[in-house]
Amino acid sequence: MLPYLISGILIAVGIIFPLIVPIYARTNPTLGGIPFFYWYQMLWVFIDAGLLWIVYAIIRREDDRRRAAVARPIVSDSAAGAEADK
Amino acid sequence: MSIITLLSQAATPTKPIDGVALAVVIAIFVLVTVLGFLSARWRTTPAERGMRSLDQWGLGGRGFGNWITWFLLGGDLYTAYTFIAVPAAIWSTGAVSGFFAVPYTVVLYPIVFVLMARLWSVSHRHGFVTPADFVGGRYGSKALTTAIAITGIVATMPYIALQLVGLKSVLTVLGLGSGTNAFLADLPLIIAFVILAAYTYTAGLRAPASIAVVKDLLIYIAVVVAIVYLPAHFGGWGGIFDAATTKMATINPATKTAVGAIIPGATSFNAYWTLALGSAMALFMYPHSITGVLATKSRNTIRRNAVVLPLYSLMLGFLALLGYVAIKAGTMPVGLDGKINPQLVVPQLFLDNFPSWFAGIALAAIAVGALVPAAIMSIAASNLFTRNIYRDLIKPGATPAQEARVSKITSLVVKFGALLFVLVMDQSAAINMQLLGGIWILQTFPSIVAGLYTRWFHRWALLAGWAAGILYGTWAAYNVVNPATNAHFGGSIAVIPFTNIPVYIAITAFVINAVVSVVLTLIFKAAKVRNGIDRTTASDYGADENDPTVATLEEEVSWVDPEPDRRAV
Repeated sequence: MLPYLISGILIAVGIIFPLIVPIYARTNPTLGGIPFFYWYQMLWVFIDAGLLWIVYAIIRREDDRRRAAVARPIVSDSAAGAEADK
Repeated sequence: MSIITLLSQAATPTKPIDGVALAVVIAIFVLVTVLGFLSARWRTTPAERGMRSLDQWGLGGRGFGNWITWFLLGGDLYTAYTFIAVPAAIWSTGAVSGFFAVPYTVVLYPIVFVLMARLWSVSHRHGFVTPADFVGGRYGSKALTTAIAITGIVATMPYIALQLVGLKSVLTVLGLGSGTNAFLADLPLIIAFVILAAYTYTAGLRAPASIAVVKDLLIYIAVVVAIVYLPAHFGGWGGIFDAATTKMATINPATKTAVGAIIPGATSFNAYWTLALGSAMALFMYPHSITGVLATKSRNTIRRNAVVLPLYSLMLGFLALLGYVAIKAGTMPVGLDGKINPQLVVPQLFLDNFPSWFAGIALAAIAVGALVPAAIMSIAASNLFTRNIYRDLIKPGATPAQEARVSKITSLVVKFGALLFVLVMDQSAAINMQLLGGIWILQTFPSIVAGLYTRWFHRWALLAGWAAGILYGTWAAYNVVNPATNAHFGGSIAVIPFTNIPVYIAITAFVINAVVSVVLTLIFKAAKVRNGIDRTTASDYGADENDPTVATLEEEVSWVDPEPDRRAV
């Protein structure tokens, strides 16, 4: 469960923080003349990409582990899928 | 280049034609046309030629890998209209109505990452081509499937029309598209669209996929050069934002308030984040986005793409800031009728400040950027019609070849419908319809997304929730009156009923939709109303490319177990 919990938290961070307008609706500090409002939101492009990259690595490992853990006679694939879903 | 002389007859003397820029645009247009037709033979075996199934024509053979998907979805989601409308909104009223597109396309990807791998898996397993196919398989309700399909088609049509609006603004800046003869005036637009319709008919989804590569590269070049050169040329970002602040502080005579704001005030915070969140939730409910997802090769292709697609959002952010650059640059986006048209601001900025050949590349990138999503949208709408109206309601036994034929013909009808929309009706009609489309498409979210995780909801409850959301959304949008023109459908922000908090209408409608769905599910379950057959199983939602599909499994086991599959109730 732990890998999914961590992934869930990272994804929630990636959705919630770019949407809390009061923390970034300000001019200062500016970056190269661009107000904070603008560069903060564009910064989240990189942060979200990084978060999703981490989540992808976590989920990928967990999926592989679960698939490998399931025995493989006859209906192995669907059983692995079912297991990966829990 | 005799075509230039032909096209130039369509121009007015008020707007001189830049011959070099026009020649570059035409050359790139010819290049993508050739590419579009050649795509019919791209990654196909001789047996697959002729696109005789929806998997081939409508989903490009379901085999796009990481790179192609990145270009395809980039070209699909970041449309020409976005490139035109976002800087236009920034140029005219500042942050709230335009820059929300950046947080919108940032929070989009965590949502896509979570949802779309499951949709891919279940669709791969069952051969689903459209979101309504999935809803049909999950809930076994023709009424619900039809509602989802029609919502998708109706929401997509004005979106295609808006791509034409984007294309038209490029042609206008080039000096084409006006004049005394009404037919000649629209001739360039008509030519572009007829060619688009022809190669989409021939090559299906492969055409926009290959063209998207060219278009995305061009647009990246144009934006990077503009963002490096223009701010320095106009004295840096500090001066640009000073000029923008001055413009936004002027008083609008119609509303007696400032025309806009660089930094949104506290009263528009809720509008800002609900616009971003609602648009992000809605985008992957649009059929053209789901078409892009289902065309990928494996379960994780879309997840890997969710990591790298945000690069387009960064580009969109810079493009949005070009709206402010244009204020400082004193760009005058004057249409052929002599009136100010904010949508011309970015094409005009490029034409004013760069050599003609480079402006030509930038304008061509935007023009081709209209063709790619228009092609994918028309394919997606045709697939919906074919699978969920023609096959589900009219001809249940349709073969894959018949489906492909119906879909190809429908794609022509859809495109000419959109063309008529733009030629005959006022441009604002397309914009209003697209605004409504965004509200409507979000009302399919509970059926599609909840269905990916649980079968708890009752099919009639979801249908009732959908209807409630659509009704409220339409009514609320109708009641938004533009203060300057007194026209209805004046925007997409309205107060939550019984409060004074202004938010994006789609979000309020979505909450109403969800509440109705939950309450009615409890009631219908208590009353033991029949709840349809679920053809999917839990394992379908985790399947990957090498796992057998239901079609092959049924072939294998049919001699053992001739009973039809009735797993869930």
